[in-house]
Amino acid sequence: MSATGTTTPRGTADAPAGQPGHHGHPGWLAHHFDTPEQQFQSGKLGMWLFLATEILLFGGLFCAYAIYRAHHPEVFFYAHHFLDKKLGALNTLVLITSSFTMAWAVHAAQRGQKRLLIALLSLTLAGGFTFMAVKKVEYEQKWEHGLLWGKKYRSPEHAAHGETHGGEAAGDAGAAAPAEGGAAGHAPAPAVPEVAAPGGESAEAAPPAERSQLPPAAAGPQGLAPESPAGGHGPEPRNVQIFFGIYFAMTGLHGIHVLAGMIAIAWVLARSAKGQFGPDYFTPVDLVGLYWHLVDLIWIFLFPLLYLIT
Amino acid sequence: MADRRAQGEHGSAAAHPQVGHVVPVRLLAAVLGALLLLTVVTVGATYVDLGRLNLWVALAIATVKASIVALFFMHLRWDRPFNAVIFISSITLVALFVGFALMDTGQYQPDLIPGYAPAIAPPVP
Repeated sequence: MSATGTTTPRGTADAPAGQPGHHGHPGWLAHHFDTPEQQFQSGKLGMWLFLATEILLFGGLFCAYAIYRAHHPEVFFYAHHFLDKKLGALNTLVLITSSFTMAWAVHAAQRGQKRLLIALLSLTLAGGFTFMAVKKVEYEQKWEHGLLWGKKYRSPEHAAHGETHGGEAAGDAGAAAPAEGGAAGHAPAPAVPEVAAPGGESAEAAPPAERSQLPPAAAGPQGLAPESPAGGHGPEPRNVQIFFGIYFAMTGLHGIHVLAGMIAIAWVLARSAKGQFGPDYFTPVDLVGLYWHLVDLIWIFLFPLLYLIT
Repeated sequence: MADRRAQGEHGSAAAHPQVGHVVPVRLLAAVLGALLLLTVVTVGATYVDLGRLNLWVALAIATVKASIVALFFMHLRWDRPFNAVIFISSITLVALFVGFALMDTGQYQPDLIPGYAPAIAPPVP
């Protein structure tokens, strides 16, 4: 392109941004645009097109959630108790506040308030770090308790009772093996609870002769099925690992987007420190802000759908 | 040098951009307040038992929150309308996607036999 080295919209060392002298246009105005206004609007349009693809990407996962929740609500009503509402709410507040500091940062860039811009971008970045730290704590808890996806899932009922009464109490229904970690059921019996022994709180099992030989009732009125030790939420339905698969896929993909956003914010922060943004040119701050707001938007929907199920 | 554009800080009036529109900080703060309040309402609503409506109340509040983020933080209120067209279109497409998938899967739910999956687990004789 041009021999003067001002081929990119960024201000370079020999072409301080905003100062004329490179054949009549500022360093950050690319050659294929006629005016700063056109460049700015094109940048915005491009970012909105990208955000549309992001919405479609997450839309696929929301579709999986919708289908599974519509047709197997019992899995969601059981499994959501293992998510910590308080941590989820904290993350929501953190992201919303970081969206505010990001929007304010764009304002500061537009006003040429460099120190404020740097401070606000730093706060936004700190919000991202906080979000990921809380996420890490949540994921660790799940990993410890085996609340994971697919075959990695370990039933919490089984863990509470220990390994002793796997097959003995379940009678002839064929559901000898507890439904741990496998999508392939061992028997056609629906929603067989883990334990037939009464008194779920006690760690000891009654001797086989005293246990009922009748297969336990399927998920039904609470009076029939034994209390589950996981807080009395009824018997564990089949395929709970699907909920955690959806949970990790959605929050995991969202977390990756938060990390990408943090990298973009760090980049814009570095450029702000070099004084490359001001009332003439603040487009990268604006566009990174749009991306960050979308990440917040997605979380605004993820939070009630995953954490606030009733 | 490169700080020529930081001169706005030192002047009595902050500089104004030549492109785009500046959102007043007060408005941004008001939106933040509304978002925080709505978050509290969302969490509080889970303690009220509305049965099946709980899900829709939560989604409705989330939609309001998303709208004010889009309109004010993301600047759609003052932008060229085509940006909003792109945003709404993508959401519409997702709605179609989810809607048709639910309709389709819903069609055959009554025919399913719980626990019967011969392809992965042969039926117990």
